[in-house]
Amino acid sequence: MEKVLMKGNEALAEAAIMAGCRHYYGYPITPQTEVAAYMAKRMPKIGGVFLQAESEIAAINMVIGTSAAGKRTMTSSSSPGISLKSEGISYLAGCDLPALVVNVQRGGPGLGGIQPSQSDYFQATKALGHGDFRRIVLAPASVQEMASLTFLGFDLADEYRMTVMILTDGTIGQMMEPVSLDFGEPCEAVKDWATVGHKWERKPNIITSLSLQAEELERQNVERYERYKVVEENEVRYEEYRMEDAEICVVAFGVCARVARNAIEEARKMGLKVGMIRPITLWPFPKDVLKKAAEKCHTFVSVEMSMGQMVEDIELAIRCQRPVLCCSRVGGIIPSPDEVVEKLQEAAKMGGKAE
Amino acid sequence: MTKLFDRKPHRVTLFAGHYGSGKTTAAVNYALWLKAQGHDTAIADLDIVNPYFRTRDSLDALSAAGVRLIASPFAGSNVDAPALPGEAYAVVEDTSLHAVIDVGGDDRGALALGRYVPAIKDEGDYDFLCVINRFRPLTQDADSTIEVLREIETACKLPFTGICACSNLGDLTSAEDIIASQAYTQEVAEKMGLPIVMTCVPAHLIDKLEGMENIFPIRHRTKFI
Repeated sequence: MEKVLMKGNEALAEAAIMAGCRHYYGYPITPQTEVAAYMAKRMPKIGGVFLQAESEIAAINMVIGTSAAGKRTMTSSSSPGISLKSEGISYLAGCDLPALVVNVQRGGPGLGGIQPSQSDYFQATKALGHGDFRRIVLAPASVQEMASLTFLGFDLADEYRMTVMILTDGTIGQMMEPVSLDFGEPCEAVKDWATVGHKWERKPNIITSLSLQAEELERQNVERYERYKVVEENEVRYEEYRMEDAEICVVAFGVCARVARNAIEEARKMGLKVGMIRPITLWPFPKDVLKKAAEKCHTFVSVEMSMGQMVEDIELAIRCQRPVLCCSRVGGIIPSPDEVVEKLQEAAKMGGKAE
Repeated sequence: MTKLFDRKPHRVTLFAGHYGSGKTTAAVNYALWLKAQGHDTAIADLDIVNPYFRTRDSLDALSAAGVRLIASPFAGSNVDAPALPGEAYAVVEDTSLHAVIDVGGDDRGALALGRYVPAIKDEGDYDFLCVINRFRPLTQDADSTIEVLREIETACKLPFTGICACSNLGDLTSAEDIIASQAYTQEVAEKMGLPIVMTCVPAHLIDKLEGMENIFPIRHRTKFI
């Protein structure tokens, strides 16, 4: 298939359509508005539904209804809008419903700004709503991955009956790159749990997150965590870059991984042995490969657009065996390759000695 | 020998089209070209839709060349307000300037142009170019492209006068891509009844495009990252 020139947000929207999503509900917010705009143009032409809801909360509840009916569905927003959706995302988990939720992050907290950010890392990976639940978090680093991870996300959501979040940012959402939209066929699961009418041929399916019997609610939680364990075993995704001889390990995702790549090239020219592990799944986090890297690397450097939110996960993954430095810019500013190189030089000087 | 774009410019040249087609790149390079031809040049950014990807990004190149830039005071900042630059009237009122107008994407972006249209029409010395790119997913064939272009004309109440062919794949654009897009451009031109005024080509590919006419070299890339 011929390549086309797309914005990250558009590529994501088109991939969702190719994955069989015909029900999109959203509410405009910069910098994710192109997702909604693209869906508004495309959905009516292919017999799908584009609905601009009255609010983010309405949109996520429409996702719950559509998913309960067994259809592939999604919503997208940017940081403040995701906070509004968090109640509904918890309900999706309580109902064991598949859904795709996209966060094109902007600077926060509060209304914040409209420039790119990664400061919803904690929210996405740890607490995207109340209650004991997990969601798969995919972090694209290119327009191509905006498309391919969205396509994959729908399959994963169906397979594990859980929410998949695409955690991206204003830069990847807005940038334009050539993209190939050749993914083959989506694997849509058989949804015998869907509420599509029993026609007196089977027992009614009931989808609810309400469970007033403590024993029953506990059983559901335990079952859910059994499923999450399978996800942790099977769905960890990451990319290694120049790790063969690395003594310093950069950890970065999304747009920061692109900046870090350029910085690593520079640092290599200076003779620093630097590599990178780029998490593609932020949950499940690539713990094992990081732990293994700690055997050879004396220092880790987290490059991120948040105040060190990912540092904790790296420290946990490597059991605090090595120092973890943080190179970050926030508020809508992307770290420059020079800033990363400076931090790498600092890491090289440390040579493994504790901070 | 390839034939480079060379013609007496109109006083006002406007670039509009589907968003992401290459309007800003074409407009910025055209303004730099005008200036190089010795004209006093101003470029106005009327894109009120997208605060991310704007002429303002090219501020340095334009101001170094001495092109006057008129953009929303909020462009590139954190203010998510659709605002038009007050100075923009200068480009229609000050007839001593050669003006380039970068119109926002799609019909929504073109709506903002409407308020300047009566003055532009009255003066009558303008080119209204539609920027088309076959590699954008919603304008991959002539009919879908024309659909978008008609929406733009309706929104701003100004009919196009020519085509600015800008089929590109960003940094990966090859000479073959440009050659392969000619049939598409021809079809749009015939169906719209418009001349192909220019074909935008990355400057380094010009030598590979033997026999092509009205080539407009793109020397300055407007990149976000």
